[in-house]
Order: sequence, then structure tokens, then C-alpha cells
Amino acid sequence: MRFAVIVFPGSNGDIDCYKAVEDAIGQPVDYVWHTATDLSDYDAILIPGGFSYGDYLRCGAIARFAPVMDAVRRAADEGKFVLGICNGFQVLTEARLLPGALIRNRTLKFICQLADIKVENNRTPFTLDYEEGEILRIPIAHGEGCYYCDEAKLARLKAENRIVFRYVHENPNGSIDDIAGICNERGNVLGLMPHPERAVHKWLGSDDGRRMFTSMLRAYEARRREVTV
Amino acid sequence: MKAIVYVTIKANVLDPQGNAVREALHALGFGEVGRVRIGKFMELELNTDDRAQAEARVREMCEKLLANTVIEDYRFELEG
Amino acid sequence: MTRRTAAAEPTAEQIAEHKIYRQMGLSDDEYALICRLLGRKPNYTETGVFSVMWSEHCAYKNSKPVLKKFPVSGPRVLVGPGEGAGVVDIGDGMGVCFKIESHNHPSAIEPYQGAATGVGGILRDIFSMGARPVALLNSLRFGTLDSPRARYLFENVVAGIAGYGNCVGIPTVGGEIMFDPSYEGNPLVNVMCVGLIDHRLIQKGRAEGVGNAVFYVGPATGRDGIHGATFASGELTAESESQRPAVQVGDPFMEKLVMEACLELIESGIVVGIQDMGAAGLTCSSSEMASKAGNGMELNLDLVPQREPDMTPYEMMLSESQERMLFVVRPEHEEQAKAIFTKWGVPCVKVGRVTDDGRLKLFHRGELAADIPVAALVDNCPVYRRTPKVPEYYAKNAGVDTARYPEVTDLAGALEKVLASPTVASKEWVYRQYDHTIRTETAVPPGSDAAVVTIRGTRKAVAMTLDGNGRYVYLDPEIGGRIAVAEAARNVVCSGAEPLAVTDNLNFGNPEKPEMFWQLERAAEGIADACRRLGTPVIGGNVSLYNESEAGPIHPTPVIGMVGLVRDVDHITTQPFKREGDVVILLGETKAELGGSEFQFVIHGVTEGRPPQIDLDQEKTLQDALLEAIRSGWIASAHDLSEGGLAVALAECCITGGLGAEVALETDLRPDIALFSESQSRVILSVRPEHAEEVLRHFRAKGVPAAGIGTVKGTNLAVRINGNLAIDVPVERLTRVWKDAIPCRMR
Repeated sequence: MRFAVIVFPGSNGDIDCYKAVEDAIGQPVDYVWHTATDLSDYDAILIPGGFSYGDYLRCGAIARFAPVMDAVRRAADEGKFVLGICNGFQVLTEARLLPGALIRNRTLKFICQLADIKVENNRTPFTLDYEEGEILRIPIAHGEGCYYCDEAKLARLKAENRIVFRYVHENPNGSIDDIAGICNERGNVLGLMPHPERAVHKWLGSDDGRRMFTSMLRAYEARRREVTV
Repeated sequence: MKAIVYVTIKANVLDPQGNAVREALHALGFGEVGRVRIGKFMELELNTDDRAQAEARVREMCEKLLANTVIEDYRFELEG
Repeated sequence: MTRRTAAAEPTAEQIAEHKIYRQMGLSDDEYALICRLLGRKPNYTETGVFSVMWSEHCAYKNSKPVLKKFPVSGPRVLVGPGEGAGVVDIGDGMGVCFKIESHNHPSAIEPYQGAATGVGGILRDIFSMGARPVALLNSLRFGTLDSPRARYLFENVVAGIAGYGNCVGIPTVGGEIMFDPSYEGNPLVNVMCVGLIDHRLIQKGRAEGVGNAVFYVGPATGRDGIHGATFASGELTAESESQRPAVQVGDPFMEKLVMEACLELIESGIVVGIQDMGAAGLTCSSSEMASKAGNGMELNLDLVPQREPDMTPYEMMLSESQERMLFVVRPEHEEQAKAIFTKWGVPCVKVGRVTDDGRLKLFHRGELAADIPVAALVDNCPVYRRTPKVPEYYAKNAGVDTARYPEVTDLAGALEKVLASPTVASKEWVYRQYDHTIRTETAVPPGSDAAVVTIRGTRKAVAMTLDGNGRYVYLDPEIGGRIAVAEAARNVVCSGAEPLAVTDNLNFGNPEKPEMFWQLERAAEGIADACRRLGTPVIGGNVSLYNESEAGPIHPTPVIGMVGLVRDVDHITTQPFKREGDVVILLGETKAELGGSEFQFVIHGVTEGRPPQIDLDQEKTLQDALLEAIRSGWIASAHDLSEGGLAVALAECCITGGLGAEVALETDLRPDIALFSESQSRVILSVRPEHAEEVLRHFRAKGVPAAGIGTVKGTNLAVRINGNLAIDVPVERLTRVWKDAIPCRMR
């Protein structure tokens, strides 16, 4: 299974995504520059955290127009796995691949800490290896992670079981309905503010993020078996 | 020609910055301040004389990039 | 700020006649010397260029004699003082590159941008050496938080550091903060960066090779920060507030791109020399690079990217616009270099060439705007040997007996008060705003004795810390200087690392005042002593003098940045108690030493007497024995005793471990002194019960006082002194007091 880590000018979680793929599942992974137009070699696309284009204007607003984003859209349409983490989540909402928007934390301050999040849906390709209702400790590090969408969209997200992660014990950024991560209708595009790629070793404080990568690998292999059978 | 663009947070979306500024103004004794909304102000120099066309183009700029219509409203004026 | 066109600038004659050079910080004698060196009177641009190169910030004219005291060499030192940053060897062809810088004056005027650009500057110092930055730390000093001004500065300095460091993607992993009225008018913002480097990539900022091209990298030059370096070398007055335009604005996004592009350029192997444009911008980088190679340099200022119209040579040469670099390549590599910067979207323009005449020549609109021998700028600045004088307060303090304070009997109450003091309290409010998990190498995040960052692909890790207690240094600069180094090394050892080397930031008052110079000289003596004894050379640093406001000088505050090597990640040790039943061991000896302590300040409201004594031989013995014990795998937790003494250290081990402890002390000291004395060379350990005897024997055999004082147990911190229960408080309560102190004051 081949992974692409998209690098925009100002991305800085790219290295961590790359290392997480190596350390958690040992699959091939490449950095892909924002000017690339073809992602057909890849089975999963990771859009990392950081401050793409300085997060000027709005987080993700400029990155959304990078040449590579057309290819990301095509990959999503083809059912490939697209995972947007932190700034990557912001890019996916700006690109309308996921609904809603991410606005400033209610405290107006950047927050870096371990957050407790609950797995609300373990039937996505990103969460197969988690238990439903399981509580994970995953680091967050963001200034604009307060998820917002209107009532109608929220109702739809709930009805379609697309809220994949919720904050528990404490909502660090004031997001609507404690949302930490959501997926698209088809379930192959996931955006979340917490950083699973920063939780892949016990000595980093938690290794709860590892299983997001093992899940993707398992989902990919299951799908391939289906195709070959 | 110049376009003056204002981008503001939609009325029903939380504006923590606005709330913080309101609290600060109250603390400074400006008790008369009610709601505060914070937005962005942008000045765009346009190389065109065609007002109608400029209007359409700036609207497109706002829709596409300058505002995120999920959370923001925009309005603009053309000068010159 | 005045906008001058070249035509409106004062002539060389007018500069002499009206002594305009004085406004730029040059003395009459210095000006006369410049005239002699040039063989004529300098024009306006030249006067400006001299004034910044001859400022304390660039020339160390007051501190040079003092800095000479420091040991700067050692078997591991690859690059010592004089380059952008020092480098020490950590084996396997790798080095660790680090440096500290101050941004005190800019932060006093505009705290967010002042602090942010401080981070930007220190990052450039590291990556211009060829090192990849892996961690940031900061050391901050403010007035006490009951002052609205101190709160404003604190809030915005922290936000500025976070805003810049988080965006560039370098974790801020540690640091220290103290609050004292002496910093009310003049906060301290010291930032340290640590990078990893391949020996083969180490850069020297040298403009070698006559005819080679000189490139300017980064955003266009504006009028920001003109005279920043001379501004940093003068006292803060009410007028400084009106000099706001002197503060530069940072763009961390551009910094990230410049960093990646420069590292790619360096890895390509085509760079002849590279240096960042820090203080004194284009002036300092061009003249220093030429000087180090014994060459000259010609710059065509018309080619320098300019953000504003009609910029004069004076403005371009003195601008401190951020995120800019200067590098030299051979002509055949020009296109390759440009291509790298184009890829990263960073402006990169050829602006000049290396010459053989040893002169800095600036051309502007077809005219020679300045022509100065490089050596005159870099080497000929006069050095002042100021005269020290023992201040009156020092003699007076000899008579203060801190053991005579009325006895405090509510010891639990005193502990809570000291824990709630912002200097001691949890700094989570601060480091929660710093991204400390990015890069996924942070093994020990902020909040322990030293931060530890692992090195991917090896079993090694780097430990790092910042320390410097201005109260001790104020009370006795020499002892305070020694303690700063000893404590930094002790923190590094407690985390399981061998101390390697030091970067220092000397924050002092006006050295032209004999009492201030006495503080500087004595403190440097103490630092030098300790560095020698502990085997940690000073490989670079920074001097920030004139830290005075109308309210008076700051406490003299040398800040020591210490880096250590963890040989194997299994040795990494942290402060929290780990397991119920572990034995608590106190290393070192507690004496009646309340001078300069947090207890003295919080409970008695003064800072007086003499600071704790320190025996460097004893310190070295303790550190060696402790590192050996840690490497033997016996130690579950280790925590150095510092501000707040034994009581606070015990509380911190309990709070961070979420465990209680039962402790019994036998002592001849008064209980309040025993608990809060800040005697040096002490550490609290916890060990598995089956190791306790062996550990005690190990330390005693080495001559380190060691006593089993209790057990990790229950949910309270309970301390008996000579059999009497002195403290018995739920850890949960201590946690709340300690954690809420800063957030409550900032609400």
C-alpha cells in the first residue's frame, strides 16, 4: 500500500506523517509537492498539519487551490483513502471535500496537549482497528480547531453516522457537538484536528494513533481481496 | 479602480475574538458596547475601468477565495 | 520615523559639526577614531554603518574583557564562539548546534513581535550553520503578575513565541520563567534553539573566493528596525515607547520557506559561505563575512529588493527586516542556487561580489555611497575595560541573618503560598500554547527538569535546559554565576544525560556604571569557574546590557543554556514519582540558606542576605555519581532541588506523579528553614525498595550525602520533622494550587 504525504509551502506535519507510516505499518511513503498533478500511484493520501501558505487569509484557504488538490479530489472520487489532519482537515473543508469549517478556538489561544477522544464510528477505513466507544489519547496542537457547521448539516452528519470522533471529558476548542473528526458520505475521506501521527510510540505519551494506520492497511487489503476474488 | 472588501463572521457563528474585545472594552469602562464582531478589511487595486465587469469579478473573488461562505459574509464597494 | 531621501541627509561636515553621530550612539572619541581610520569624515551612510557595527550588540565593546574569562574549548567542541552558533560533537559524525539570543528591548516595546522575531533570529543562527533546528526553549522574566503591564507583556510575549515557533514547526520543549519586581520595566526574553548537524555540513560565514557572487535571500527590505542593534544597547526610557517603528515584524511562513531552501542549498554542497541578517542586517552580515575571509565586498544596493520607494543606502544597510540571509557561491553555481530558491518560492537576488581590496563598497544609483575598510568595522571598535565597584547593598547584605526571621509555623500554608507563586507554579498555561509535540521526537516535554529530544535512527537523545536565578546573582554575582551553571548541569544529569556545553545570555544593566560592571564581571567569573569545573565549555552566547528602566536596573541575570547527551534512550529519567512503595532518597546536605530564596520573597517579602553557597567539587561528585546510578537503571525518578527547596521539590514529584508520599526528616534546623532552604547540590530520587540500600551505598561511597527520607505512598504529602507532623496535605489540593496559580492571575 503506497502513501502520499502532500507538502504545501508551510506544511510542517509532513515529516511526522511520513515517519508514522514507516513506524506503524512499514509501508512505502513519498512526499508529494503541492505542484504535482498526478496521484494515481498512491492508495492513500495524507494531508498533514502545519500552516500551509502561512494560514494567511484563512487556514487552508489558499492551499485548496494548489494544483495537487485536483488530484486529491480525483483520488477521493475513486474511493482512495484521504486523511486530513489538523491543517489538512482545514484544507479539506475549504475544498468542500468535507462539510463545515474550522474557526478559532474559543479560548483564542493555541492549544497543545493530549486530548481524550471517543471513537464514534469504527466502520470507516480509518477506524476499523478501534472499538466503538473506545477512548483514545491523541495530541492536539491547533489555534483554529473549533469545528462549525449549521444545524441542518449537523443533523445530517449525525443521521449518517459521519461524526467519527468526539472530544470527551473536555472540549478543548469549543467545537459544535464536541466534534473532533468527521468523514464524507462514502467514508473514504476523514478530517480530524487531533494528530494520530504524533501518537505512535508509548514514549511520545501515547501510541493510540497507531491503529489509524493499521486500520487503513487492513481496509486496503480487504478491499484488494474483494477485487481479486 | 479600487475594490474595498469587508469580510465578517456570519451573524449566527461564534466570534470568540469579538467577544474578547467586548469584554476588554467593558473592562475599560465602555459599558455601552453591545455585540462586537470582528472582520477583515481588504483593499484590492484593479486594472480595469469596466465597473460592471469589476463588480462581477470581485464577487467571484469573494465567493472563491476571499470569504468562506460557510462561516463568513462579505460585501464590497468599488471606488474610482 | 524620519523619512530621509539621500539628498536631505546631513553632509559629512554637518555630522561632525552638529555631532549627529551621538544620536546614533557613537561617542566623540569613537567618531574621532572613525575619521582617523577612514582618513576623512564619514558620510551619513558610513556613520550609520559604523554606529551599528560598533554597538555593544555587534562589537561586545564592554563585555569582551569579561567574555575572555570563559573556557571555550574542549575535546567535543567543533565550533566555538564567533560563528552564528557553536557546535559540539555527539559521535557518529553528528553534532549538536545551539545558541541563545535575547530580544529584551524589542519585547518591552512590542511584546508579540519582539518575542516572535527573537525566535526567528535564533532559528536563522542555527540553520545558517547547516543544522536542522529540532527544538526551541525560552527563558523569560517579568514583573510580578499583580502588575497589569507585566500581565500584558507576559501574555503577548508567550503568544509571540507560540505564533512564530508553532508556524515554523519547531517544537518549543522547555524553558523557565521567573517573576520579580526588578523586571517590571524591563522584561527579559531569551530564546534558545538547538539543531542537529552532520559534521560535513558545518558552515562558516566566510566570503571566500574573489569574484564569487553574493546573493540576497528573503523578503524585500523595508524600513523596519532601523537602529535595532543600537536600540538594544541603550537604556529603556519613556521615549523608547514612542520609538515603536523600530520593532520589526516577523513572518514565520517565510522563515519556514527560507529555512527549507537554505538547508537544501547547504546540502547541495555549493555554498561557499552563508550568514543570516540579524542585528544590523545587511551591514553586519556583509562586513563579517568579508572580514572572516580577509576579503572585501561590493554591493549594488539598487539590486536589493526594496519594499518601499526611495529607500536610501543608510536605510537599506541598517534595516532589520526579518527572514533575510546572505550567501556566497562560485559563479558557476549561481543558476543552481537560484533554482533551489525558486522551488521554495523565496526571493533570491545577486547583489554583489567578493573583492580582494578588504573594503566594503556600496553602490547606489551609480554612485559610491560608502567605502569602508572591513577591518575598521569588525576589528577596530574600541574595547572598554570598565572599572568595577562593589555596590553598597552588597556590603549591607553581609549583616543580614536570614535564620533570624520569625519562625513560620503554618508550614502547609507556607507550602501552598510558595506553590502558588508564579515563579514556582505550573507553567502549563504557557507551554500549552507552544506546540511541543511536532517533529515527534519529544521524549520529555516541558515541565520536567530538562527537556529531552530523541535522535531518529539512533539510541541517543539530547537533553536541554535553561537556568539562571537573578536573585542569587544580585546578592552575590560570583556565587550566582556558579549556581546558574551548576543547576543547569544538574537538571541535565537528572534527565539522564551527560552535560556537554553551554550557551550563555548575559542580561545585565548599564556597564558604564561601576556597580553594574562589578555584577557583570563577578558573574562571568563564577560562570567561568563552574564551566571549567564541570567540563562544559561555553560555545557561544549573547550579551544584553543596559537592561534598565526608570525604575532601576534588573537583577543581573545570566541565563545558562546547557545541552547534554543521553547515551541511550533507556536512561531518560523524569521528575514524577512513579510507583507506590518506591523509596524517596534525598541527596546532598541542607543548610540554613534562605538568602534569595522564593520562600524569603513570598513569605517575608524581601530579597536580601547572601545566596546559598556552592562547592563545585561536591557538585561535580554528585552529578557524576547520579549519572552513574541512572545509567545503572536504579533510578525511577530524579528531581533537582531549586526554587522553594525540599518542600516544593517533594510537592512537584507528587503532583506530577499523581501520588502521595510519607516523608520523615531528622534535622537540627528550624522546620521552616529545613523545608524551604535553597541549599545547592541536592536532588530527590525515588527508587524501587529492592534497590534502595544499593543506591544509598553507591552515593555514600562516592562521598555524596544520601538519606532515605520516606516512601511514595497514599494520596497526601505528609512530612514529619523530628517526629512531628509538619505538613499533611492532599496532593490533589496542592495540584490545584500549583496549577491554578497562573491561569487565575491571567483571567
